Amino acid sequence: MFEDLSSKFDKVFKFIKGKGKVSEQTIDEFLREVRRILLDADVNYKVVKQFCEDVKVRSLEKNVIKSINPGKIVIDTITGELVRLMGEKKTDIKFSAEIPSVIMVVGLQGSGKTTFAAKLAKYLRTKGKNPALAACDVYRPAAIEQLKTLGEQIDTAVYSDDTNDPLKIAEAAVEFCRTNYKDTLIVDTAGRLAIDEEMMREVETLKSKLNPAEILFVVDSMTGQDAVNTAKEFHNRLDYDGVILTKLDGDSRGGAALSIRAVVDKPVKFVSIGEKLDALEPFYPDRMASRILGRGDIQSLVEKATTMLPDETDEKKIKKLEEKLNSNKFDFTDFLEQLQQLKKMGSLSQLVGMIPGMDRMTKGKEIDDKPLRQVEAVINSMTTKERENPDLLNGSRRKRIAGGSGTKIQDVNRVIKQFYDMQKMLKQFKKGKMGNLFKSMGLPANFKMN
Amino acid sequence: MGLFDRLKQGLQKTHENIFNKIDRLVNAKSEIDDEFLENLEEILLGSDVGITTAEKIINNLKSRVSEEKYERTEQLSSILRDELKKVFISGNGQVIEPFKITNKPHVIVVVGVNGVGKTTSIGKLAYNYKNAGYKVLIGAADTFRAAANEQLEMWVKRSGTEIIQLTQGSDPSAVVYKTIQSGIAKAYDVIIIDTAGRLHTKINLMEELSKIRRVIQKQLPDAPNEVLLVIDATTGQNGMVQAREFSSAIGVTGLILTKLDGTAKGGIVLKISSEMKIPVKYIGVGEQIDDLQVFDKESFVRALLED
Repeated sequence: MFEDLSSKFDKVFKFIKGKGKVSEQTIDEFLREVRRILLDADVNYKVVKQFCEDVKVRSLEKNVIKSINPGKIVIDTITGELVRLMGEKKTDIKFSAEIPSVIMVVGLQGSGKTTFAAKLAKYLRTKGKNPALAACDVYRPAAIEQLKTLGEQIDTAVYSDDTNDPLKIAEAAVEFCRTNYKDTLIVDTAGRLAIDEEMMREVETLKSKLNPAEILFVVDSMTGQDAVNTAKEFHNRLDYDGVILTKLDGDSRGGAALSIRAVVDKPVKFVSIGEKLDALEPFYPDRMASRILGRGDIQSLVEKATTMLPDETDEKKIKKLEEKLNSNKFDFTDFLEQLQQLKKMGSLSQLVGMIPGMDRMTKGKEIDDKPLRQVEAVINSMTTKERENPDLLNGSRRKRIAGGSGTKIQDVNRVIKQFYDMQKMLKQFKKGKMGNLFKSMGLPANFKMN
Repeated sequence: MGLFDRLKQGLQKTHENIFNKIDRLVNAKSEIDDEFLENLEEILLGSDVGITTAEKIINNLKSRVSEEKYERTEQLSSILRDELKKVFISGNGQVIEPFKITNKPHVIVVVGVNGVGKTTSIGKLAYNYKNAGYKVLIGAADTFRAAANEQLEMWVKRSGTEIIQLTQGSDPSAVVYKTIQSGIAKAYDVIIIDTAGRLHTKINLMEELSKIRRVIQKQLPDAPNEVLLVIDATTGQNGMVQAREFSSAIGVTGLILTKLDGTAKGGIVLKISSEMKIPVKYIGVGEQIDDLQVFDKESFVRALLED
């Protein structure tokens, strides 16, 4: 998501890393480049200015000019400042002692409030809450319909009525929660412009009557310089508790996150990274900062992997796989299992985004999962015998499989070749030839995770 | 209120943000110095024109000032406006006239990322074409977003046009095929296709757009006659990438700049129109059905420049 920014940072970092000794002038030159990078990423120009000044002052304080490793000092300073700007630690949603805890979702039109409200409901359910949604956007055509449909998809109650009055709907929804044992109410409000006096008064009234435990301001991560104005204006009127960044699955944006955090001093609580209703993640400032700097997010990757591993059947499977490898009996069934295992971890793009350096290789483009699905289809069209003994696969069998899986015979051939390649690779892996393994993965033999 | 006044009113905020500041800046200074240029750069940056475009404008200004020896502020102000106008005006000049048709049926596909105001813009477009005396059919090819059909239906009711839709989750290409087929059979003048919002980084979804284009061309080789990319005025530098990616997937012929009634300045369209040569065709200045206005280069600049 920040790959554009990351790769540019890398370039200027290399520039300053290469310097044995720096003058104040070199630092200025370097920071001018940093400035361009941040501006291109939509960080607010005032924030950028302050940021660069801070980095300079701190680098000079650390005696960067006399240092024999000035690059490190400047880079560490930038990292530190970025993390500081992002807010240092992750912040959770608050709940009230009273039932239900009301969470209000506010923002501009099109920022993604309704989708986020549904995602949040789904997320809270996984945390043991029993939420309901209130459809208070009475202005946008079919907004209530949209929330109802989403509610059905996540099996969560949506309260709405035809009073056409957001406050009445919200208050009735609170009652609804009390009588139906819902502990949390997520109030989806209409999108509004910060300069629309009437609409801003409406949301202020909602706040004063509902006494929400949490107000969340939703902002599109592709927003430019105006992000700061809007965030400030909503903040002045509502003093919200947290910021939600949506559409982070687009490319290279995120400047808005830095800017808003810097200007209103409210934490980013969640990031929304896809259209599916479970594509919501808590915001980790330090991880995000390291992501901006092109260092990847190994921590998230490991967490993702561990949440799906400690299953007993999985462990058995791994053991079985080991045995099969030892006796050279890795077949198509195992191949399929490996694929499914991989798929459990999420979309390829999400995974790749977490691997250091990978962002730059894919240049922010989403990775296509289609070939994987095709491989699955091909294997599913094989008989058990064929899966166990791939050597059986002659021309007519391949033709049948192509027909059965809706692919072309070339696709089937490719899958079979991939299988043999993987078998070969695993054998090498067993023999401990790591270099060869990387080579067969298309990576240089000296490839290292940093 | 005449069109020109409404345009001006809609642009007032953009205007205040760019030009009033520049005026104040110019009035406070008697000559161009570094401080002046720095302030100017900040104003431009704050309007989302981007660092490259800002630098371009400033460099042009600098070289003209040194060549033409302008020093007094009034002259400076006019040079500056002139330079801004130049950036605004660049475009390829070959635009189909607003609310006119070139073929029958005249097919317009509306595309964009999520939440920029595609469906609203389509409602307004349909209304305007209808008022111009054309028979309008809308194809609801946003089969992904919950209740997208219902939203579009409301606009269809408001604009008094007609709609072709299938259930949520069906293949958008199927909707497009059916819409075109019915548009031809029932002799509609204008067909507007609504597409689902998609981030330009999603390869599959961008391919879907290329497919929509092919499906249209199978029945109407000269169509789509227009592909309009909707850009939200709050969009930052990413708007440039959006323009590039949507162009390569389906061939964008014009822009609709929405949400100009907020505090955002929409400066990114300067960059898009100057670098991609994609003209801005319409602007959206409110939520009412008649709040879609024709973007006319000359009067846009004029409205910006006149107080």
